[in-house]
Formats: sequence, structure tokens, C-alpha cells
Amino acid sequence: MLSLNEVATLTEAEVICGIEQMKREVKFGFASDLLSDVLTLSVDNLLFITGLSNLQTIRTAEMADIGQILFVRGKKVTPEMCALAKENNIVLLTTTKSLFYCAGVLRNAGMEPVY
Amino acid sequence: MRFEYKIEGGDFTNAGLASSQIKKIMKQVGIEPQIIKRTVIALYEAEVNIVAHADKGSIKIDLEPDFIHMILEDEGPGIADIDLAMQKGYSTASPMVRQMGFGAGMGLPNIKDNTDELNVTSEVNKGTRVEMKVFLNK
Repeated sequence: MLSLNEVATLTEAEVICGIEQMKREVKFGFASDLLSDVLTLSVDNLLFITGLSNLQTIRTAEMADIGQILFVRGKKVTPEMCALAKENNIVLLTTTKSLFYCAGVLRNAGMEPVY
Repeated sequence: MRFEYKIEGGDFTNAGLASSQIKKIMKQVGIEPQIIKRTVIALYEAEVNIVAHADKGSIKIDLEPDFIHMILEDEGPGIADIDLAMQKGYSTASPMVRQMGFGAGMGLPNIKDNTDELNVTSEVNKGTRVEMKVFLNK
């Protein structure tokens, strides 16, 4: 398990919303820009890593009970996305690093793949 | 309890609003989280399908003690070959829909995986009707 604080340090990420939840721990990581693939997952304690930044990214996390999203490649989070994330207790992180970099360092630190 | 929603085609800002509200209601009445997740994933996929493909549509939901019954009807292009649409990877989605993270041909198969009963009927150039049922006491 990695805390979100550790995730942010490893990926050089900034916390966009949910800073009070950074002690939360995650076991699995899933990297995708395809929301339908995310909607097929059934594990808990998952970090969703994506370069897809729109309102439906947050909606998808809400539906799939995913409590934390790491946006990569410097993708911007809009105030509407942030409001929806807050409403659903979802932590949003953003980094300028690539998806490949983030997946690599998190895997090395012990984060597990879903499959 | 009955709930009804209107859905506008192409409105990706509000896509998922109905599913979000149903999720909150199911939580309030104390349904098991895994069953809520199955239900709202199927409902969300179906809701996004209307936004992605149709001109407009409606959702009617009956939440009963033992099951949730959901009917999504739209006016739009319809589905020419439902068996083909049920196959993973088959999609007619526009580039805009794909840009939003959908349209990879996963929606209907995922709806099937997450529901106990699914019935899809469609008429080309008229619309599609998706009827789903999830049992709540499994």
C-alpha cells in the first residue's frame, strides 16, 4: 500500500483537491485514457492514472468508486471537475510527468497492477 | 420509487447526472455497495450511449425492494445490428465521443456484464430502447 502523499512525492504531483485526504492508502494502479476500460474494474483502493481530463473522467471515477485520480502530462483540471471531485470525495493530483514515468515509479514502489 | 430523467444528445457536461443521482438514492436506502456499483455502471454506460449517439432520450427507473428496473429510450439513428453492437470493440462512435474517452465498443458488453436482465430493441432512424434489471438481494 502507498499513501497518496507518497504517490505525490514519487510522481512530483501537485494536489488539486482533497489535500486533507492525502494519508489515504492505495494498493492498485490503473493507467488508461479509455473510460469504458476503467468501468470494467472491480477492485478497491485504486489509483486511476490518466491523461484524459474532462468532466466524464470524474464521473467515471464516481461511478466506479475510485477515490483518487492522477492526471499526467500536465493536463489541466477545470473548476467544474474539481467541484464534482469534491462532491464525491475524490482526490485529484496532477503532474507534468508522463503516464509511462508515473506507472514506472509507482510500480517500482510496490503499487500493484489490476491485471 | 419511480424516477424519470430527460437526456440531451451531445450534452457531455451533464452526462452521468441521472446515474449520479440514482447512486446517491441507492446509498441512502442502504443497498450493498457492490450492487450499487454494478447498477450505476450499467446505467452510466447506457446514459452515455444516449448522449453519444442519440438526439434525445429519457430514463425511467423503478426502485423496488428486490430489484431496480431501468428503461432508457432514445430518438436517434438506432442500431442496425444489435448482435454486432453487443460485441466488444464494435463501435460507430464519432471522433468527438472517442475524444471524451468513450466509443471503444465496450459500453453494451459492459452493460450486459453488470445487469441481471438486459433487453435491447432498436429501429434504424427511429431510436433504441434499453431495458435493464438488477436484483438487489444477491
